[in-house]
Amino acid sequence: MTLPSTTLLAQSALSGLFVGSLYGLIGLGLGLSWGLLRTINLAHFAFTFAAAYLCYQLVASTGVDPLLTLALIVPLFFALGAALHWVMQRFAVSAFNSLLLTFGLTAIIEAGIQAVWSADFRRLESHYGQAKFKLGELFLPVPELITLGASVALSLAIWALLKHTDLGKAMRAAAQDSAVAAAFGVNQRALSLLLAGTCAALAGVAGVCLSLSFTLAPSQIYAWVGVVFAAVMMGGLGSALGPLVAGIVIGVSEALTMAVTAPSWAPIVSFSLLIVLLLLRPGKL
Amino acid sequence: MNPKSFWHRLTAGVSLCIVAATASAQAPVRVGSTLALTGPLSATAQIHKLVGEIYVEQLNKRGGLLGRPVEWIVKDDQSKPDVARTLYEQLITADKVDLLMGPYATGAILSAMGVAQRYDKVLIHHTFGIPSMAKYERQFPAWSLGADPGTTVPTTVFNALAAAGRTPKTIAVVTSKFPSLHFMSLGAREVAKTRGVQEVLFLEWEFGNRDFGPIAARIKDAKPDFIWVGAIGLDGNLLLDAMKKIDYAPPLHFYVYPAPGPMVQSPDANGALSVTIFEDHPPMNTSPVAAEFTKVFRERATKANLPETAVEVQAAASYTAWQLLEAAVVGTKSLDDKAMAAWLKANRVDTIQGKLRFDGPNNYGDDLMRVKQVQNGKWLIVYPPEVAAPGAKMIVK
Repeated sequence: MTLPSTTLLAQSALSGLFVGSLYGLIGLGLGLSWGLLRTINLAHFAFTFAAAYLCYQLVASTGVDPLLTLALIVPLFFALGAALHWVMQRFAVSAFNSLLLTFGLTAIIEAGIQAVWSADFRRLESHYGQAKFKLGELFLPVPELITLGASVALSLAIWALLKHTDLGKAMRAAAQDSAVAAAFGVNQRALSLLLAGTCAALAGVAGVCLSLSFTLAPSQIYAWVGVVFAAVMMGGLGSALGPLVAGIVIGVSEALTMAVTAPSWAPIVSFSLLIVLLLLRPGKL
Repeated sequence: MNPKSFWHRLTAGVSLCIVAATASAQAPVRVGSTLALTGPLSATAQIHKLVGEIYVEQLNKRGGLLGRPVEWIVKDDQSKPDVARTLYEQLITADKVDLLMGPYATGAILSAMGVAQRYDKVLIHHTFGIPSMAKYERQFPAWSLGADPGTTVPTTVFNALAAAGRTPKTIAVVTSKFPSLHFMSLGAREVAKTRGVQEVLFLEWEFGNRDFGPIAARIKDAKPDFIWVGAIGLDGNLLLDAMKKIDYAPPLHFYVYPAPGPMVQSPDANGALSVTIFEDHPPMNTSPVAAEFTKVFRERATKANLPETAVEVQAAASYTAWQLLEAAVVGTKSLDDKAMAAWLKANRVDTIQGKLRFDGPNNYGDDLMRVKQVQNGKWLIVYPPEVAAPGAKMIVK
């Protein structure tokens, strides 16, 4: 057996870093919703793909720059997320029932995507597609760099907002004890709608990034569920930076596994890491 | 009884019998099947649905089967073999269909085969990928990949490379562990070994792998002359994308079951090889039946907004399955499953992919797989020469 070259290892690690940042970006909204709103929003994955398809459609039909579609997608998905949360509040849906409800919603969105765009594969073609930088022997594709940049920037921004602003403190307080927070004048209802909308808007951003790098098919929605859930749980529910760090750890571990052993071992990496963490830090997850 | 009343009643009775008899003569022959109309396999199942609709329409224009119109009952198995099993049971016991047609995809076909066996029904199926598992004596494959494709298909591919004067010295076999193609990739390793081709890389990944970056990097590192990619669906495109991102242009590269539309549309796929039983170009599409079918399919597929509007493997296998069903009914002049099965085993059937026989192991006949290549945005058969597109030769780097 020959040892893998340094270039191979470094290129694989980069590949893992990029895909891991996408895990983190998708997981960011999911984890905030789960940790701060007590809503396990499986429809977050469907929102991500719906945004990806919308981006694809806008680019294909108007030729607009894919990143400009964010101007439409972000507010649209903010409104969708807030509306969904309003419905859940109206019917007092519990955390467990939110899982069932949003699973059903995911199936409906998947069927809707299939009805509009068919079950066939769709690939966004843009000037970003083939663009890349070369760093020594290593290649840095531009779409993946955009995803990494968006993931890091949004995670840091939300971390700062939650940690250092009154709005963020109010959100965390409402998540910890809504009754006491309300007694201190926190408008929990308005904050939860704002947060739900933000989570869905983050799904919209993740969708645009997804469409830059991946070929789309409706059934692919479910392919991301396991690994992103693992990233969210490892990163900590309600954490802004956790999913990104965990996503990158998973992505790089998977990629290095593929580089040095059989790629078929890669899928077990994320869950093995999760199990190890559960054993070592049972109270933290 | 009043004699006048008696004659009235007799006349009415006879009229009723005539009406009933006429209605019975016109009762349709009901063919039941499922397709993966939703779920992960639905993209390909849409092709089978379109072909079934075209065939039944054409068949009814020709007078149907045994002078009766044909009605096709197709249910959605949601890409789930367990759902397919239940629905085939339902088709036989509740819908009481006269004939069965197979579903799409190996898992669902296996499920349907089990049900067909329980009720002694003939099951003609489109694209079953593992011939060694087709044990039921009344199942008949429309996809002519032979009884041992794990050996014969790689042999055909290596023969094609040799005929093009480009026998590789080294090979990388990278493959999904998806059951109906994994064994073929293992077969490719064996065939390569017997031909003295040195294996420089062997990799397997789980079906549904998302990140092909490290796999592409390992292929680039191994520097093979020839890459055998055990890809199904989108895997081939994802690997091509990943190779492009690291500035690696593969030399000779072969994909077992690529998604035909996306692969041929990829700007990086020029020169990609694969196998097929039919492509929409001469000489394959020149018979009157094939010409008519390919023309109608193109029109309907365009209207249905399918990404690939030319007839290729899936559409051809589907059409062939219906041809086999019609031939068996016409040949036996009955809907009797036992008679139809015996007839199919004893006769060769002329189809759009060639003459098929079913007297080999597990009712498989000849391996009619041909080697095709993406050339200027089109799939063209390049081997063997007798079915190659006019003037087409394999592009070798």
